[in-house]
Amino acid sequence: MARKVFRAMLEARILEMKLSSLYKAGKIVGGVYLGKGQEAVSASLGAQLEMGRDFFAPLIRDQGGRTAFGEEVIDCARTYLGSVLGPMRGRDGNIHRGRPQQGMFAMISHLGAAVPVVAGALLAKRLKGELEGVVGATCIGDGATSTGAFHEGLNTAAVERLPLVVVVANNQFAYSTPNDRQFACADLLDRAKGYGVDGHDLDGTDFLQCLRVMSEAVGRARAGHGPQMVVARLLRLTGHGEHDDGSYVPDTLRAGHLGRDCMDVAAAQIVECGYATTAEIEAWREETGERVQAALAAAQQEPKPDPWTEVWQACSKPLI
Amino acid sequence: MDGGLASLFEAFDLNTAQSMSITYVDAILQAQETLLREDPRVFLYGQDISRFGGAFKATKGLAEAFPGRVLDSPISEDAMAGVAIGAAIEGMRPIVEMQFADFSSIAFNQLVNHAGTHFYRTGVPVPITIRLPSGGTPGSGPFHSQSMEAIYAHYPGLVVVTPATVSDAYHMLIQAVAHDDPVIYCEHKFLYRWLKSPSIQDDGLSLGQARITRPGKHATIVTYSAMVHEAVRAADRLQAESGWEIEVVDLRTVKPIDMDTVLASVARTGRLLALGEAFPWGGVTAEIVARVAGEGFHLLDAPPARLNSRDTPVPYHPNLWAAHRPTPETICLAMRELLSF
Repeated sequence: MARKVFRAMLEARILEMKLSSLYKAGKIVGGVYLGKGQEAVSASLGAQLEMGRDFFAPLIRDQGGRTAFGEEVIDCARTYLGSVLGPMRGRDGNIHRGRPQQGMFAMISHLGAAVPVVAGALLAKRLKGELEGVVGATCIGDGATSTGAFHEGLNTAAVERLPLVVVVANNQFAYSTPNDRQFACADLLDRAKGYGVDGHDLDGTDFLQCLRVMSEAVGRARAGHGPQMVVARLLRLTGHGEHDDGSYVPDTLRAGHLGRDCMDVAAAQIVECGYATTAEIEAWREETGERVQAALAAAQQEPKPDPWTEVWQACSKPLI
Repeated sequence: MDGGLASLFEAFDLNTAQSMSITYVDAILQAQETLLREDPRVFLYGQDISRFGGAFKATKGLAEAFPGRVLDSPISEDAMAGVAIGAAIEGMRPIVEMQFADFSSIAFNQLVNHAGTHFYRTGVPVPITIRLPSGGTPGSGPFHSQSMEAIYAHYPGLVVVTPATVSDAYHMLIQAVAHDDPVIYCEHKFLYRWLKSPSIQDDGLSLGQARITRPGKHATIVTYSAMVHEAVRAADRLQAESGWEIEVVDLRTVKPIDMDTVLASVARTGRLLALGEAFPWGGVTAEIVARVAGEGFHLLDAPPARLNSRDTPVPYHPNLWAAHRPTPETICLAMRELLSF
């Protein structure tokens, strides 16, 4: 598991750094949103889920989780680069992608909206008599905990006692708004009690703790203990998107415990625990870099959507 | 009760004979019973719909007949719509009852941004049916009376239906659930118990097809939902008083619009009044006028006309409410102006 999670983190970091370069080179239009600093939290969640059985609704900073869940790197490359061969076919871009038939939902930009949707997919499983052993998970940030959708969705999941895991990545800022302008409770974890769900505190910079807490939270949901809320403390090591320099984050926070890079922590922990050697990590880094580069190069060569042949149709079965 | 309000109820007094036993809300109940019985993918989700049977008793007895498939939701319209979307993606055919159409404003984001965009973005359709108890009834006030069809029709990816008859209430709900795309099913609360029919008939129309409710040759009223009945009453009055033969087109589905039927009617009559109970700014009637002007300008012998509610919140008191929505009297006035051009 540790090796799987770390490799997903590595792929996410390498992929996103290249996406950033492509954005700055003008090759990607719209925006690029990175999960830098959140890879350990996201990938350790995604690795606990099984594509084809479980549901995963990733959000903005979940490349790590997407990769660990089984999303192909080419899906990401094609969506960012607007290839017509990608899952979104140029109709939506960047992080707004998914493969709903395989249990990976395509996020909309409205935060918290996925919480009841994953609950609904789980309810469907229950109604079909197929819920046994299934988990649905979604990630949101500290800002999204202020939305009505989050509240309604988590409360509904709790009422139905569904195996939903909501991971709150508290990266201290919702875009530029700090925690003290976002909520007044002492800790977001306090909210779990209010909803009647299990709460799990997590140092999101600590790779081993991420593995342990995600395993426990997903395991409890899978075992029938109802919704689980994980609150991960971390810092976004980049702007909201690559258009944003994140200058509102104080240097003291960057220099502190939350400012440490989970990739560095993970690499050290994984070697220390004997899960992998430094040489192995370097080999992974090289192999991943080449694979990511190949996917991005391929996606850049692929056809872009053509407005003349586009099927301008929002319904699957037009009535007229 | 003043004259205006008394005349409002008059049409429905004709329908109170003992043989007329199926009400509009009965038809909705029966359709849901049929759907639950015949399609294991169907389940119902909404506030107070389980053992209580719903605020309007549209789900009465269904929780007992279909255990575990008629579920009470928290007062969380966003989550209700979200749950339906997730369940539909996972292969179910949920029917959500919003207690009042007005409260669906809380679910607006899920409906227009999640359900409405999903097929275009991902290629995966979202077969949800959202029941909206719509429109005004005396004394219901600003927040239990709204007609929301134009709001949802504005957004791509949603089908919006507005049944006006007992049989349509039944068949269009069956068809809505069978349809693979999200359907906003606007049922009119005023028709729930006033509108009765001896039986449920099937005239073979599908979603998206309008009906000529009353044939005529001097002018066309294009309308939908409860206003179909007000239009017919106005047309009957104009015929009795002045010999005008007015054609009434019931759109049945307001998104998409059956322009073939609308234009064919305007071609026959040369005159158009678009009539609706919703607020006057934009909306279905504006769409009808714009399309007829654009696609059938040469068919018109007079400027196309619109009649809607007044541009205020729906008032509480029956005296004000009855004058807020179009009535046979105001429809007749609008028609006489149209016919005299």
